[in-house]
Amino acid sequence: MVNVSDSKKYKVIGTNPIRHDGYDKVTGRAIYGADVKLPGLIWASIVRSPNAHAVIKNIDTSEAEKIDGVFAVMTGKDLPQQEDQFIDHGEGTENVAWSSENIMATQKVLYKGHAVAAVAAIDRYVADYAASKIKVEYDILDAVTNVEDATKEGAPILLNSLVGDHLGKKVKNTNVASITRHEFGDADKAFASAENVVERTFTLQMVHQGYIEPHNATAHWDEEDRIKIWTSTQGAFPVRTSTAALLKLDVSRVKVTPLEIGGGFGGKISVYLEPVVSILSKKSGRPVKAVMERSSVFQGSGPAPGGTIIVKMATDKDANIVAAESSIKLEAGGFPGSAVGAAVQCVFAAYDVPNTRIDAFDIVVNKPKSAAYRAPGSPQVAFATETVADELARLHDMDPIDFRLKNAAKEGTRRADGVVFPKVGNIEVLEAAKKSDHWNSNLGTPAAGRVRGRGVASGYWFNVGLKSTVNLSVNSDGSIVLVEGSSDIGGTRTSISMQAAEILGIGVENFRPSVGDTETAGYADVTGGSRTTYATGFAAVKAAESLIEVLKDRCAIIWSLDKNEIDFEDGTFFASKDPELKFTFKELASNLDNTGGPAASSGSVDLESAGGAFGTHIVDVDVDTETGKTDIARYTVLQDVGTAIYPAYVRGQMAGGAVQGIGWALNEEYYMKDDGTQANVSYLDYRMPTALDLPNIETIIVEVPNPGHPFGVRGVGEVPICPPIGAIGNALHDALGKRFYDSPMKPGRILNVLGKISD
Amino acid sequence: MHPFAYAAPSTVKEAVEILTKHGDKARPMAGGTDLLVQIRGGKFDLDMVVDIKKIPELTEVTSNNEGIVIGSAVPCYQLYDDDDISKNYPGLIDAATLIGGIQIQSRSGFGGNLCNATPSADGIGPLIVHSAVANIQGESGSRSVPVEEFCTGPGRNALAKGEMLVSISVPNKGKGFGSAYERFIPRNEMDIAVAAVASSILVEGGKISEARIALASVGPTPIFAKKASSFLIGKQANEASFKEAAAIARSECSPIEDMRGTIEQRQHLVEVIALRTLNKSLERIEG
Amino acid sequence: MSIQKIHVKTTINGQPEEFLTDPYVSLLDALREIVGLTGSKEGCLDGNCGACTVSVNGKIVDSCLVLAAEVEGQNVETVEGMATAEGLHPLQQAFLEEAALQCGICTPGFLVAAKGLLDNEPDPSEERIRHWLAGNLCRCTGYENIIKAVKKVAENS
Repeated sequence: MVNVSDSKKYKVIGTNPIRHDGYDKVTGRAIYGADVKLPGLIWASIVRSPNAHAVIKNIDTSEAEKIDGVFAVMTGKDLPQQEDQFIDHGEGTENVAWSSENIMATQKVLYKGHAVAAVAAIDRYVADYAASKIKVEYDILDAVTNVEDATKEGAPILLNSLVGDHLGKKVKNTNVASITRHEFGDADKAFASAENVVERTFTLQMVHQGYIEPHNATAHWDEEDRIKIWTSTQGAFPVRTSTAALLKLDVSRVKVTPLEIGGGFGGKISVYLEPVVSILSKKSGRPVKAVMERSSVFQGSGPAPGGTIIVKMATDKDANIVAAESSIKLEAGGFPGSAVGAAVQCVFAAYDVPNTRIDAFDIVVNKPKSAAYRAPGSPQVAFATETVADELARLHDMDPIDFRLKNAAKEGTRRADGVVFPKVGNIEVLEAAKKSDHWNSNLGTPAAGRVRGRGVASGYWFNVGLKSTVNLSVNSDGSIVLVEGSSDIGGTRTSISMQAAEILGIGVENFRPSVGDTETAGYADVTGGSRTTYATGFAAVKAAESLIEVLKDRCAIIWSLDKNEIDFEDGTFFASKDPELKFTFKELASNLDNTGGPAASSGSVDLESAGGAFGTHIVDVDVDTETGKTDIARYTVLQDVGTAIYPAYVRGQMAGGAVQGIGWALNEEYYMKDDGTQANVSYLDYRMPTALDLPNIETIIVEVPNPGHPFGVRGVGEVPICPPIGAIGNALHDALGKRFYDSPMKPGRILNVLGKISD
Repeated sequence: MHPFAYAAPSTVKEAVEILTKHGDKARPMAGGTDLLVQIRGGKFDLDMVVDIKKIPELTEVTSNNEGIVIGSAVPCYQLYDDDDISKNYPGLIDAATLIGGIQIQSRSGFGGNLCNATPSADGIGPLIVHSAVANIQGESGSRSVPVEEFCTGPGRNALAKGEMLVSISVPNKGKGFGSAYERFIPRNEMDIAVAAVASSILVEGGKISEARIALASVGPTPIFAKKASSFLIGKQANEASFKEAAAIARSECSPIEDMRGTIEQRQHLVEVIALRTLNKSLERIEG
Repeated sequence: MSIQKIHVKTTINGQPEEFLTDPYVSLLDALREIVGLTGSKEGCLDGNCGACTVSVNGKIVDSCLVLAAEVEGQNVETVEGMATAEGLHPLQQAFLEEAALQCGICTPGFLVAAKGLLDNEPDPSEERIRHWLAGNLCRCTGYENIIKAVKKVAENS
């Protein structure tokens, strides 16, 4: 491991070069999944259930098949039969049998939007038309669309084959896929003797990642029985793993080319379309493309769970938190696998609590199967914990930041689920928040008719490490080709190259980075878990270090010296005994003929852990008490990023995550109708913030380098979505004197809490 | 989506011929921002879409001392980019700058908004309170309908087979007239109104001689709140009268609960916004 | 589907362009699938995200809600027309310098929309910029750097 000096006198790291893929992206040249063109390409259209819960009685595709321009039709029966088995695609495991049912149902539909059939035709319009002619008969069943209804006596059971694991006990005939408990110390005893106890029940609604680019996939199943897939994905290798498993093929039969991706946030990890277009391609002999309509994205992809969360915390008379307890019920959607496990890891992570108990329930409901959304599970529990912490702080008449500082988790603190924190920046971030201009400035005057309040909240995400590979090749002009397998969602081609550039002592403009496909790049796990700059960057560092050794060998040959007589510093190779004998990187690159072949290197990592990240947000809200309209007057994001490799893009993650959290807090939700279907399936009524809904988002970078990374990098992408909901709830309380325990804190709810309306 | 053909006639006569021939299998298209979404969503199965933007008089606004006549294909931006119209008809401009975002306002206009006849339409309330009149042409000739009678149900209008809207006449009410439109939306743009109110008053010597209040998103069609409106006649133009009128307006709405709002929320908002728009109307007269 | 195709003669990014299209095809689809300009993106197909923004006769529109047949005789400008042989348009350059894109899918729409503003109002306030761009959704950036980039170009012109 390279010893990087703490003085942080980096040449490349901490700068903001133009990103390498920038020119293509601002000119419209960059190819995203839906832009793919292939000879003979035809289009697919998916038939989806209009019912939230039903048995499929019959599917009649005969009329569709007769339509001019239709090449093939398929149903779930065209997917191979699967037994229950679990595959690991890097960010969790999936049950392949259920994944297959989710991709196309064979027996039951479990949510409106659940795919049941598909058509491939000459163009999109014919495909849509033919899809409308496929007749599906259903036996409609009662639907449950929240965790309370799904666990009531007599609730319809979604999955007959589901055997719940309830604290180790196998339970049939249930919608509760799992119940876990983490316990440490004696929470009941501590609660009984505590000075202040606050227990609150919170509800949150399902929300969607909202990426502007809908899901897409193009596949060609060729004459050699190999499948080529082009898709916008957060990970080509996980797509390969999943698709191969779902189609019961060896992974080497599937080649996945990741195209540029228009946002993912966790929602473009699971496959939805790839197996479908593959089968349609096999049946038609043509390459087949599918692009989801926006309403299908809402109803047929993987939103984030809502649920019911109870948090109970207690303090002694000196405001030390003595006990914390939580019950976390999250909706998994139609199949098990909500983010409840991660929620357990995060719920009390920001606090040093000696006695804890956390119960977690993974509950199936008639909604789309939930998937990861930026720190999955953490924003939900942060809403609960940060509100209760705010209540306790006020009971002690304490500044809410001081209350958090007093109880702050730090290095050596045991997280409630057992992990002991290495060096983390929770305290540093809180102190920066306390010193910040925002926290120390007057509230100011809101617009006429409004009241203003200020709130603060923290959040945590553990981040992940996992596997990445980076391959470097030296060009004769001193430039370096860098091939890696991590989809670039927001500038990581460059942040990865910057780390290699720093090691090699050359400018990052000398790098030509690319995201390879599964046959040109070395294996990489998903771009997610805030791991890319961290882990793939680490692999780039290793590759760069290897490259230095390779090039030292070449110098030795050129100068007829022994390898251990060659030194490297600041981008220059020189003979230790005769420093006049030297090459810059560029000079050496042009002198490599007859030294043993083209110079190249590889670095690969499999990181078991990552540096966790903490963030604290401060928000001022203005509320029109007559209408319940809330505007964000001022917003500050503070976050420990370890070391900011590419600061402009680090700030971008901070602001972007915060804005998603603001939308989540104020307006976003799946509005479910009585028949179990979602009403707001368009961007018109699924209300995400626009430019006019926000002020400038101030970002304050705090750096507590992660000792587990050569440059101290901590993942930055996810933690910024965790604090906003709690921060806004606390700000609303400051403005209105009322607490909010239900999200979203939309205008109608505010009017209701204020007593202006009763519905 | 049912495949449809496209026609772009250059006269109203031609357009009416096509519409009459195809009946409910053809619809005129102005900005297309509602129609195309509805066709794709399966609301209509059309054989023919009739683009009316190549008919010169439908894309013109004519104005004189009597008032303005807005062609049915005139987009919103054409109104708010016009300094005179912006100055003299601010209550209409309130709506023109609110329908969708800039991209939508480049295409959509009051004509399509009126014909689309949704209860939440931003343009209809302001037209009602300006005493606007819809000018219709069909095979059997032309007729005019006050805007408050144009919408007959959610998404349904008074046009008979083969008829089309050619323009909207908005009278100039002269000095002493003020109007305003406000809607409540959860974001700051791009939303459909949860509840909305358009108000107008004509004040002479401090007393209200004419008043119109229209409500949107709180009934099956935009509602001309006749009771609240007539209450104001003869009253002093002040906060007290406006408050009472707003309370009456509240009683004239019949909202439902849906994904955009609850019943009480909408009733409450009608009262709040009615007061605000009446105050604003008065400000515009005085300022 | 047996409806006769329509022959459209139009101008795209200053160049004459002719194509045959089914009458029900949107301008967005015609640009992407027939003319081959995939820079304008599909996000929602109902006028709520602005990813498909192009300019027709100097006015920004959502091309998903324009029929291809409508642009007969009109001037269409897309993101592909912003850079020239001389280099990037100042907005494109500013977007790169200010890190105004993360995934980049909304970027073409924002660029065309911002150009539509600055071409007519070279010195807009921040409020005006935010209002003008309210019809363009970005899920990645929080708009922070996009607004900075547009302001930078406005201040420098």
